[in-house]
Amino acid sequence: MEQVAQLLALTLAAGTPLVLAALGELVTEKSGVLNLGVEGMMLVGAVTSFAVAATTQSPWLGVGAGIVAGSAMSAIFATITLSLLANQVATGLALSLFGIGLSAFVGLDFVSVVIAPLPPIAFAGLSDLPVVGKIFFGHNPLVYLSLVLFLAIHWFLYSSRGGLIIRAVGESPQAAHAIGYKVVAIRYAAVLFGGACAGLAGAYLAVAYNPSWVEGMTAGRGWIALALVVFATWKPWRVLAGAYLFGGVTLAQFQAQALGVEIPAQVLSMLPYLATIAVLAFISRDAAMIRMNAPAALGKPFHPDG
Amino acid sequence: MRIELEARPEASRVAGWLSPLVAIAATLLVGFILFLALGRNPWTALHAFFVLPVATRYGVAELLLKASPLMLIAVGLAIGYRANVWNIGAEGQLTLGAIFGGGVALLLHESTSVLVLPAMLLAGLVGGMAWAAIPAWLRTRFHANEILVSLMLVYVAGLVLSLLVHGAWRDPDGFNFPQSRMFGDAALLPILLPDTRLNAGLLLSLATVAAAWVFVRKSLAGFQMRVAGLAPAAANYAGISAKRTVWLGMVIGGACAGLAGVNEAAGPVGQLQPSMSPGYGFAAIIVAFVGRLHPVGIVFASLLLSLLYLGGESAQINLALPSAVTGLFQGTLLFFLLAADVFIHYRLRIVRGAFLA
Repeated sequence: MEQVAQLLALTLAAGTPLVLAALGELVTEKSGVLNLGVEGMMLVGAVTSFAVAATTQSPWLGVGAGIVAGSAMSAIFATITLSLLANQVATGLALSLFGIGLSAFVGLDFVSVVIAPLPPIAFAGLSDLPVVGKIFFGHNPLVYLSLVLFLAIHWFLYSSRGGLIIRAVGESPQAAHAIGYKVVAIRYAAVLFGGACAGLAGAYLAVAYNPSWVEGMTAGRGWIALALVVFATWKPWRVLAGAYLFGGVTLAQFQAQALGVEIPAQVLSMLPYLATIAVLAFISRDAAMIRMNAPAALGKPFHPDG
Repeated sequence: MRIELEARPEASRVAGWLSPLVAIAATLLVGFILFLALGRNPWTALHAFFVLPVATRYGVAELLLKASPLMLIAVGLAIGYRANVWNIGAEGQLTLGAIFGGGVALLLHESTSVLVLPAMLLAGLVGGMAWAAIPAWLRTRFHANEILVSLMLVYVAGLVLSLLVHGAWRDPDGFNFPQSRMFGDAALLPILLPDTRLNAGLLLSLATVAAAWVFVRKSLAGFQMRVAGLAPAAANYAGISAKRTVWLGMVIGGACAGLAGVNEAAGPVGQLQPSMSPGYGFAAIIVAFVGRLHPVGIVFASLLLSLLYLGGESAQINLALPSAVTGLFQGTLLFFLLAADVFIHYRLRIVRGAFLA
């Protein structure tokens, strides 16, 4: 029981960066914009937060800086795709390549620097509860923030006027434009929000989950987050479920080692990627279902003249 | 008064070819500012980055050596991209090419036959194709997004290679370093220019570029793929198989990347190591776009991106800057290119008077 509780707690922690990044991308995609630069935004968020945390000795300032850095990255993407109408797929790829290069460049001085990580919250009494305390009440604040963010996004998308407008812009920008909504401005906001979430996800990795900076430390989580949005058929609660599922898969490596299973580390490291591929194929097999759930204008540039 | 984008009645060819030049100029400007911000003399720095690396015969040979895999992969990718098939996993297909080709070299390491090299090249080609066939099959059979699948497979390919060089294929006399034994002479590409590392792989790349041009311009399949990219609905109506387009687009890209992988293994690397390329598979995406998805443009673009690699190495030696600056320049170049591309389909219009807003 104790071990199961431990495993669930670890799963929650491992799934959190995916929750953050995928929820951000979900909002971006709901507005009809496909930003493939999540990996790059996460890396720049991670390196910035780590650098700021290391220099100021404040993990919280680091987290803030990571959010700002992620948004700044997404602002580049927004300018090129929304104002200059470039191909979103190509620009997203460029953003990822750029982020990988930029983070490696900035991060060189911070390799093997040690920082004080974001401390876990101590819930008086609750943390000492058997099992439940271990699973839910020993995490750092960003884990809880990700859950709050999930509730907020769910409420925003389905119960608020703003969410309705974003979804309208993602389904039919021409119609939204015709009734007077500023499509480009709304999409800018959605892209910047996605960038902020990716930056936060990167910051979580660098100052909370695994306090360090290693080149390429996101290890494809940005791409997995993109796959998660498809897997979730653009529904927030399924993003949450998928993120913990994949978080659990990334743990298989350490669990197998702990149990003394004789499988090469590389094979276990492949599991998250193979699982992503398998799940993506499984969920995509029904093309009509994907078409029905995907924002109708996803990936298409918008210009008022059509 | 404000500035608006106005749709052009038809795409501008001039803007299409001007845009890479504008992007290069803008990237140089950013480099100038970056070096200034880092407290270096920007002129010395740009000189060290873009001129010093190719100031010698050896440097020019290195330029061609690195341009070779870039152009080879990029022409393959461009065929897919023209048809809206987004293979971005060339880095993984390159790795599989190196594994397959390198596997043949290790298997035949005592052979001195002239057939070793052709067998390696063929194996590498098959390896790259097989790896690209996975996203092609998942896309055509299950509609799975080929961008994400091909990218995930880059990580898997890297782990497969790591598994091999840490395990079964590790050099028995290699002091436990994670690398294979060095290939025999029969498994190495012949050197083209004496006293340099430039090898016959370049000829292979150039021949592939020429073949790609023939395929795109002269063959029916090439024409059908261009139609599929430009007007999917029309292609469908004309009976062009969307599945075949995806298969060809992916597998041709994979074959080229696989070939590039063997060329690295049988060329400058000479063995299998945990990493076979400094990101050529990703840089080739930029090459394909900067080269306007056109074989001739791609040759020039591959020289430019190769220079960025050399510049990064030179900056590390001469300016004590991290070579990661290469990735920064690569990304910046692609950003400016995509931004400048807006003028292919739109032009600026100055709107006078505020009442229109």
